[in-house]
Amino acid sequence: MERLEVLKTYKIYIGGQFPRTESGRFYPLKNKKGDVIANICLSSRKDFRNAVVAARGAFGGWNSRAAFNRSQILYRIAEMLEGRKDQFIAELVTQGLNTKAAQEEVSLSVDRLVYYAGWCDKYQAILSSVNPVASSHFNFSVPEPTGVVAIIAPEESSLLGLVTAIAPVIAGGNTCIVLASESKPLCAVTFAEVLNTSDLPGGVVNILTGNSAELHSHFSSHMDVNALIYYRNNKAEIKTIKENASLNVKRIFVYDQLALASDKAQSPYMIYDLQEIKTTWHPIENIGSAKAGY
Amino acid sequence: MSTRIILPDFRNTPVVDQVGIEERVARFTTRSIKKASKMQGLKLTLSMIDLTTLEGKDTEGKVKQMCYKAAHLHDVIPGIPSVAAVCVYPTMVKTAKDALKGTSIKVASVSTAFPSGQSTREIKINDTKFAVENGADEIDMVISRGEFLKGNYNYVFDEIAEIKEACGPARLKVIFETGELSTLDNVRRASEIAMYAGADFIKTSTGKISPAATMPVTLVMLEAIRDYYYKTGRMVGMKPAGGISTAKAALHYLVMVKETLGGAWLSNEWFRFGASSLANDVLMQIAKETHGVYQSSDYFSKD
Repeated sequence: MERLEVLKTYKIYIGGQFPRTESGRFYPLKNKKGDVIANICLSSRKDFRNAVVAARGAFGGWNSRAAFNRSQILYRIAEMLEGRKDQFIAELVTQGLNTKAAQEEVSLSVDRLVYYAGWCDKYQAILSSVNPVASSHFNFSVPEPTGVVAIIAPEESSLLGLVTAIAPVIAGGNTCIVLASESKPLCAVTFAEVLNTSDLPGGVVNILTGNSAELHSHFSSHMDVNALIYYRNNKAEIKTIKENASLNVKRIFVYDQLALASDKAQSPYMIYDLQEIKTTWHPIENIGSAKAGY
Repeated sequence: MSTRIILPDFRNTPVVDQVGIEERVARFTTRSIKKASKMQGLKLTLSMIDLTTLEGKDTEGKVKQMCYKAAHLHDVIPGIPSVAAVCVYPTMVKTAKDALKGTSIKVASVSTAFPSGQSTREIKINDTKFAVENGADEIDMVISRGEFLKGNYNYVFDEIAEIKEACGPARLKVIFETGELSTLDNVRRASEIAMYAGADFIKTSTGKISPAATMPVTLVMLEAIRDYYYKTGRMVGMKPAGGISTAKAALHYLVMVKETLGGAWLSNEWFRFGASSLANDVLMQIAKETHGVYQSSDYFSKD
């Protein structure tokens, strides 16, 4: 007797859990031949709201972790991804890539995670400074994470786009809600499984699948989201996002021309985007003069 | 002449069907309350809150600040009611009373060696009198759970009756600390003892013990209130306290009250929420309904 294949239910990822969308809606994902591969959750604004609550809840803990520990966890994500390479390659092929391109995309994704794992405890040294000031103060500036970041991930890339979007955000101590590619969502859901087995606390990364046209205005109008990164090039959506953000002073970053596979798509400046520089004036005795203070 | 109420034998209070209670409770959470009715429910919730600070680190300053918040929940949006009362320790009653002068907000005070209730009768009565003399409109007492669990129901009954006497005109809320009573049967029994002893309100918890207020426990108490009302014709209020921190949960409780006791109990004279963080979540929901966008706690005062 022929065995029935057990198919995976592709669900969203909120607060370390894999719920279905609260709306109960879904859209069929088809391959090149037009066969339905899977039913994908069509997330609603309430899923987004729940994800923001989870991300806000996780922010304090993630932000206060030692930078070195965040680095370890990012490296762990890379390890887990490497171990499940074949599954990702198969999914990328299902979504239309040839095998060679799929292999390259997965390898690049792993490398990108390792790249940002390395930066976790180093960007602070690059971005912070001790400032010469005229008064007797020890004056220094340090980067602090912005908070909860909403991301609308690239549409054309299933895995690499997602990793490129998430890694710098969490490396910098932020938490995020990501809207995955609508036409290529399979890897996003599987990547959530990777995150869930990598000691990443629940809520640090939340992944939704669905439609940007429906969700982008909610992503940009939510008062409890501190920044939004937009990786697509729909001019109308960019305009709405900027307008909405002006009402709640969200920081907006648009990367509509990013060549994902190139080295230009990874940089400590992408961590810097989501850092706020805090300056401290610490009063001291006048130690600037030639005399020894002791 | 008042009607004589014949005291039941508290050893024979009705037993509670736990599975039935849980199934009933699950149904309350499925009602769909949207738009205008949601807004009405949210405002009703706000007007029912006993804004509470019961910490060892409480100071006059903190109490004053909370009293200000009680009267001015979120002035940005017009038409928001104030809370029903503030709930403080007896030593803070005077401060709260002064701070709330000119408002209709009541001052509730915990007493009787809150939260453990482990003290002598004399101290408990003095504690209560002190609060009332300082101007408390409502007294939240705790029962002696140790005596209750020993089966010493008369002791518990007498204590409540004596505290009620000490309260004078102040309304008495009786806290069971249901988290320590362990069974729903005990909750039902404690409810009956308290109501027959003269409680104006029965209240689930101190907020210091987990689990605090849960829907099943509240439903058992509401049903006890209903049965008592049918027997004696006297209305008794209900106050779930502790653990209710979201607007959604508060609406579920309102549904439960309405469907168990009826609309007569849907006012802050007969139903209260003991909570400190609930108010902000309700305000955020009201702001969301008003402005149309999801809100951030960054824009609402921390208590």
